[in-house]
Amino acid sequence: MSEIIKIDNASFEYRSQSGDNRRDSAVNGVSLSIDQGEFIVVLGRNGSGKSTLARLMNALLIPTDGVVYIDGMDTRDEDLTWEIRKTLGLVFQNPDNQIVSTTVEEDVAFGPENLGVPPVQIRDRVDRSLKLVDMQDYTEHSPHMLSGGQKQRVAIAGILAMEPKCIVLDEATSMLDPAGRKEVLSILRRLNKENGITVLHITHHMDEAVYADRVFIMQEGKIVHQGTPESIFDNIEVIREAGLNVPRIAEVAHKLRKKNYIDRIPLTIDHMVPVLKNLLKDKASLHPGAKLNNNGISSEKRSLPEDGEDIIKVRDLSYVYMPGTTFEKKALKNITLNVKKGEILGIIGHTGSGKSTLVQHFNGILKPTSGTIEVDGIDAISKNLKELRRKVGLIFQYPEQQLFEETVYKDIIFGLNRMDLSDEEIKRRVFYVTELLGISPELLEKSPFELSGGQKRRVAIAGVLVMEPEVLVLDEPTAGLDPIGSYEVYKILTELNREKGTTIVLISHSMDDVAEYCDRAAVINHGELMMCDTVQKVFSKTEELKSYGLDIPQITKLFSRLNSEGYNFPLPILTVDDAVDAIEMTIKNSGGDN
Amino acid sequence: MNNITLGQYIPGNSIIHRLDPRTKIIWTAILMVEIFLINSWQEYVMMGAFTAILLLISNIPVKQTLKGIKPLLFILVLTALLNIFFVEGRILFSVGPVRVTYEGIISAVKLFVRLVMLIVTASLMTLTTTPMSMTDGIERLLKPFNKIGVPSHEIAMMMSIALRFIPTLLEEAQRIMKAQSSRGADFDTGSIFARVKSFIPVLVPLFVSAFMRADELAEAMESRCYRGGKGRTRMKTIRFSQLDLVSTLIGVLFTILVFGASLIRFR
Repeated sequence: MSEIIKIDNASFEYRSQSGDNRRDSAVNGVSLSIDQGEFIVVLGRNGSGKSTLARLMNALLIPTDGVVYIDGMDTRDEDLTWEIRKTLGLVFQNPDNQIVSTTVEEDVAFGPENLGVPPVQIRDRVDRSLKLVDMQDYTEHSPHMLSGGQKQRVAIAGILAMEPKCIVLDEATSMLDPAGRKEVLSILRRLNKENGITVLHITHHMDEAVYADRVFIMQEGKIVHQGTPESIFDNIEVIREAGLNVPRIAEVAHKLRKKNYIDRIPLTIDHMVPVLKNLLKDKASLHPGAKLNNNGISSEKRSLPEDGEDIIKVRDLSYVYMPGTTFEKKALKNITLNVKKGEILGIIGHTGSGKSTLVQHFNGILKPTSGTIEVDGIDAISKNLKELRRKVGLIFQYPEQQLFEETVYKDIIFGLNRMDLSDEEIKRRVFYVTELLGISPELLEKSPFELSGGQKRRVAIAGVLVMEPEVLVLDEPTAGLDPIGSYEVYKILTELNREKGTTIVLISHSMDDVAEYCDRAAVINHGELMMCDTVQKVFSKTEELKSYGLDIPQITKLFSRLNSEGYNFPLPILTVDDAVDAIEMTIKNSGGDN
Repeated sequence: MNNITLGQYIPGNSIIHRLDPRTKIIWTAILMVEIFLINSWQEYVMMGAFTAILLLISNIPVKQTLKGIKPLLFILVLTALLNIFFVEGRILFSVGPVRVTYEGIISAVKLFVRLVMLIVTASLMTLTTTPMSMTDGIERLLKPFNKIGVPSHEIAMMMSIALRFIPTLLEEAQRIMKAQSSRGADFDTGSIFARVKSFIPVLVPLFVSAFMRADELAEAMESRCYRGGKGRTRMKTIRFSQLDLVSTLIGVLFTILVFGASLIRFR
């Protein structure tokens, strides 16, 4: 097979006088070789140099040291730049910022037009490319009306229209919801299998690495490990050290292997089921769960009192978006919901189901078309917005995009300026939130625009927490963060909830995270509340969740598969630890029987 | 914020839709000049009839065109009223110091009709032309001026990128406003100075993000082999067809008809 990408000890350093922090950090002596037709996944934390590597391959950046060859062409040779970009196309992270034209087909045509392809052939290429990404029904659509996943598919079509041999995706799935990610990934696998296009997919979603031929792990500008997914995820310490995680199924396998129950690390449910069956088969009983009860499992989950005090009461709430226009849409229909004091409530539902619209009613940003909402005794439709917003802090998606002050300190206290607090009180609060969020004091006098992405996110969250709200509402707080970044955000939220008793409402697309961190979950589908119950109860209704276009946690999926094959585990099993416990107990119990 | 009619394309396949955008741009300009020049009743009637016919064959719902007039209605009525009150002539009646004259009413009506015709003609063009072919048309029309340093391709590219990002930035502005009000920002009360100042927390992030988008877009365009207008082809080429020729002839005939009459009269 021919070599499509060859990198020989390449380095790239940013000259930092511009203070350009959006850029990924440097690449430091990377060597690699990729054959035509391979499917490669590159994993690494934010700032590990992944994006810089992608730009080196596309000749957007020229290595300061070493050489990059694309299909035998040296990227340093300026005469070859256009041929290189034609051979290797790059799909970027933000779906909005790579679509140039006002209609889908014109945008796909952009590349071939630049290459000077004759008009008739462009038409042909555009039609073929759109078909390859299943977007042929959207030719005349305006890009801003598409979903994130559809936009990225258009971007991929735009690359395909240049007839490349290789596509590099620079975190192209990190801003998408799970459905969008699935769409993009299945398209990529198809292009790789059926059209023989080399795919290099940069991501920090571990579960996307499972299908790769080879996985590269990047850390501080270097490729620290490479190999098949199986061999990479076999060594959990190495993965953790790179600031990453293993897929949840593999995590269960690792824990079981540590206890000497199994000796392999399966990565997917399909591979895990036979391994577990093999482990459990010589334990005789096909009904091991009979000896377990629900209390034995999910010991970590607190049980909140059933009759706990309600802090938010939503009654029969409906909201009509842009009434009286052609865009009129019933976004919420007769929602009745209580948020209990001191709980962590997860709100789940597919994109466009009305989740964000619902939570924007909690602090009076939106007014219901009909129905009532009451927060800690205050009518949220009243004029008393000041009081309401002090009680309910709302953190939007990508909150770092709202930073604007000269210094981090000023930005954090923006909300306090209207609260008539003493200087000591302000200092105390700033100290508390910076401590909680791990914002080091020397950052306070810096400009927020100098910080890294993760730091910006924390500062933005601090700006809401400093108002010491009783209820904290977050719209996808971990969107775009890498595994360790997300873990840290959830750790902070849990701490806030346990120590200060802050009630937390969070919207998330990750069922795994909701299962792990939330007490209860509310399911919204097409503007209607379908369920609101403890996470155990919600996730035990797997079929119902699927009908709303939702996923179920990987672990839960694994055990319902096992049960459908004759086992009798008490469902749902939600977290990695629960899973290990359940298997261990089954082995011990049935062992005793024999 | 989302119901800006001006510049919104309504798909269709009428004769007007199928015209070369260059034909449409040039004739819109000519017709607008003509609307300013007409004076006599006959000319008004002819011009009005012609505009109405264009509207009819374009198959654009009249409601849609009226929507474009709505936001400007206040200015229209105001200018018309000013005419009623300040044009000297035969007094019809007076209320206190205000005298309403016959000439005043005539010129107010004329002005009103003239402005409505202007808006209809302009929106007829934007409603029947996609933004892309509009910028294409402008690019081609400006091309002869390349020699004297007019960057025709760049102007057209800038316009189409602006059109592409207006909805995106509007959405973003709304989101940032909501986020800042959640942090206690207040956009609706206080003095004018305080209100203008209250928009800083919205404008700064909006500009930062616009620059970031520009940066990323430039990178994406470069990686898709964009290198200016040189050697670039287009998927949809615009062509001056027989339809355009016929339309142009009709336009010329109409102009002669309207203004020829008054020329003869002036002699």
